[in-house]
Amino acid sequence: MLQEESDLSLMIAQIVQKLKGSNLYAQLERQAWASLQKPEIRLESLKEDIKEFFKISGWEKKLQNAVYSELNVYPLPSHPAAPPEHLKEPLVYMRKAQGSWEKRILKSLNSMCTELSIPLARKRPVGQQKELLNKWNEMGTDEPDLSLFRPVYAPKDFLEVLINLRNPNYENGDSLSFRTHLGLIQVPLKVKDIPDLKECFIELGLNTGQLGIDDSTQVPPELFENEHVRIGQKVLAEQDSAAAQQYIRQGSPTALRAELWALILNISSQPEDILYYEQLKANVIQHDLLVDSLIYKDVKLTASNDDYYFVFEDYLYQVLLCFSRDTSVLGHFAYNSASPPKSYIRGKLGLEEYAVFYPPNGVIPFHGFSMYVAPLCFLYHEPYKLYQTFREMYVRFFFRLHSISSHPSGIVSLCLLFETLLQTYLPQLFYHLREIGAQPLRISFKWMVRAFSGYLATDQLLLLWDRILGYNSLEILAVLAAAVFAFRAVNLMEVTSLAAAEVRINFTRMGWK
Amino acid sequence: MNTLMDVLRNRPGWVEVKDEGEWDFYWCDVSWLRENFDHTYMDDHVRISHFRNHYELTHKNYMVKNLKRFRRQLEREAGKLEAAKCDFFPKTFEMPCEYHLFVEEFRKHPGITWIMKPVARSQGKGIFLFRRLKDIMDWRKDTRSSDDQKDELPVENYVAQRYIENPYLIGGRKFDLRVYVLVTSYLPLRAWLYRDGFTRFSNTRFTLSSIDDQYVHLTNVAVQKTSPDYHPKKGCKWMLQRFRQYLASKHGPQVVEALFSDMDNIFIKSLQSVQKVIISDKHCFELYGYDILIDQDLKPWLLEVNASPSLTASSPEDYELKTCLLEDTLHVVDMEARLTGKEKRVGGFDLMWNDGPVSREEGAPDLPGMGNFVTNTHLGCVNDRKNQLQQLFHSLQTQKKASS
Repeated sequence: MLQEESDLSLMIAQIVQKLKGSNLYAQLERQAWASLQKPEIRLESLKEDIKEFFKISGWEKKLQNAVYSELNVYPLPSHPAAPPEHLKEPLVYMRKAQGSWEKRILKSLNSMCTELSIPLARKRPVGQQKELLNKWNEMGTDEPDLSLFRPVYAPKDFLEVLINLRNPNYENGDSLSFRTHLGLIQVPLKVKDIPDLKECFIELGLNTGQLGIDDSTQVPPELFENEHVRIGQKVLAEQDSAAAQQYIRQGSPTALRAELWALILNISSQPEDILYYEQLKANVIQHDLLVDSLIYKDVKLTASNDDYYFVFEDYLYQVLLCFSRDTSVLGHFAYNSASPPKSYIRGKLGLEEYAVFYPPNGVIPFHGFSMYVAPLCFLYHEPYKLYQTFREMYVRFFFRLHSISSHPSGIVSLCLLFETLLQTYLPQLFYHLREIGAQPLRISFKWMVRAFSGYLATDQLLLLWDRILGYNSLEILAVLAAAVFAFRAVNLMEVTSLAAAEVRINFTRMGWK
Repeated sequence: MNTLMDVLRNRPGWVEVKDEGEWDFYWCDVSWLRENFDHTYMDDHVRISHFRNHYELTHKNYMVKNLKRFRRQLEREAGKLEAAKCDFFPKTFEMPCEYHLFVEEFRKHPGITWIMKPVARSQGKGIFLFRRLKDIMDWRKDTRSSDDQKDELPVENYVAQRYIENPYLIGGRKFDLRVYVLVTSYLPLRAWLYRDGFTRFSNTRFTLSSIDDQYVHLTNVAVQKTSPDYHPKKGCKWMLQRFRQYLASKHGPQVVEALFSDMDNIFIKSLQSVQKVIISDKHCFELYGYDILIDQDLKPWLLEVNASPSLTASSPEDYELKTCLLEDTLHVVDMEARLTGKEKRVGGFDLMWNDGPVSREEGAPDLPGMGNFVTNTHLGCVNDRKNQLQQLFHSLQTQKKASS
């Protein structure tokens, strides 16, 4: 009992500490001061009266939402003696692997830099600044010569690294047994099995209504849809983050989704936020970064070629260029196994006083990165709103898809979960694919790394991301990937090569036929 | 990517007839029609894919004339409010005969942009924008060769139309909608609306400052294909379902319902306006391609109606859409005589007008003005045509067996 209590007080202390620095704290303070003018607030019962005031005016709800948000994002405090690295990643071998992967990426970036004789960053001449400002809303019309740039890495490079991950303390033994994991991931992390998943994702059970299924044309709306929409509207009216998160597990109605996501991610577009975005925009105008070209290249290669997202090309630049300059993103490295790459001012290599994070937000984009943003363009149309939502989604979820960690929502666990599900419940299929050299993970990895963006039709993708938000976990990606294989199992048993398997799995964007 | 040939060749029991053989079904060119229709004898069962004088609807000058006349009639018979429902085409003047009326209107609204369109050409050819009368004076001079007499009319007719300066933009781009309407008879009027269609985007960002850049303003795929920005892989089309979803998540479902209901109004009123003029030959049917533009107030405008919408596919998705569209067209035309004639839906086609409005409800009387009347249209909605066709033909078969 004592341990729990001290854990709780530690948690409370941490959250209070975090929130004290936030805008909300300043606002609450202001509100409290202003409330002193009101007749209901009496000196004798000052504390209770102000609390009551907060409750009635909705400020308590805002505070609740902020606390809830912190609980969702930050991991629970561990042993007080644990060093900060443990918050990032408790297992040493994972940390080491992530460290060396980062070194490789940075090396690749630096060598591209040297090869092309382009500085990592430079200040734009005034003329160019003006030009960029004029073209801000249509940067997609620019066709700079990007032929010499290559993406720093692609998902398949990352997969190779994960395949080679080993726990030095774990001896598997050479003999095959029923416990042997036949997949590509060979680290002993604990993943959920079907009974656990059923319990965890209980709202996705067959007895519960779902949007995307139970609102199809054959089903009369009175059975589920109407009531579900009504509840959604109520949740929005109450402005309750926790309720919204619970609600969205059954999917969000199209018209309510933008607001629900904002509520769950605890994003409110205050004037300060708009101003912050404008500042980032100013940074983009003033300085040119090498990563900008990487972003351009990625957008041109992926989103611009996409049948649905090509329309939003301009928004993608407006979001991603600003994102790479946003130093507030550095905060998430406290709980991300990755660390931001460091670079040194010219001529001062190794001198810590001259070290800067590069890019300023510490995130180096890879091939397909822009696809994290593209689906959001369906929901948000003001650039700052789009930006805030993407940033929040990134620091809560997407970063886990390309860093090496033991977290249950980390890509390593997702891969292992996928492979384990397949091996346990579709052993024949798994064995067959393995025999023909078509390890299933080689096909599904790219889906999971991108959270299925670009692989699912947008309406289905948004329903999937509803559940990611609702369960605050990415495990559903692995479950979906396994389900795709299960769905196509009969077809896949007939193939004889990896290429044929890719074709047969027929995961086209036209949705399911 | 010839969708028509593929669909016809794959249809069970259909045989292609070469040269001068006898045919039961002809998907013809409008030029063939013009030359041969009048002296071709057709048995009762024969079907042909155009109406003799389709141009009453599909040539811009005739359409405008018919619509204006219909509007006046509606105003006389049903009042101003009802007539206002015909205000879905921008102010248009036939050139050169209405030139002076045009100048009057032009002077009333200085500074706005006008668009000049040839009456009968397609694919965006011959279209240009202008703001000054001087621009068309120059054009008038250009279209006459030095040999022509001064008062000889130019070979081709044009219309001058008010350009819609505030189009709805997505991603900063202008777009228009291509919608398919199948008419199987004009007297009585029977029209079907296809659930699928697409949104055609302009490749470049919209701005009024570059009127000369026809690539910005013209959304026809044919024009876009020649734009220097065009990359064939991009395609620049969205399926209508995607468009409808996008709007719904931005404006909410009620607003979208209202917009699509306004579009239904466009289809029906435009067909009604030519109902009495078109020679309703029982052999004829026609698949029209409607081009609709949405403005920033979410009001739909009719740009034009095409008698021969393009059937070449620009992408696999496009191929799928057009082949299904043609298959369903042939199902509705029903050479195989499988249908009872009472169907309200065949594949992706919904019966939109059957000598009167058609209600979505099963078995409900088709009476508008009753509180629960919802039109039987599902543009941009789910198109589960395969299932529906399976069920339809299965039940038709059972019915036939039962009655024989």
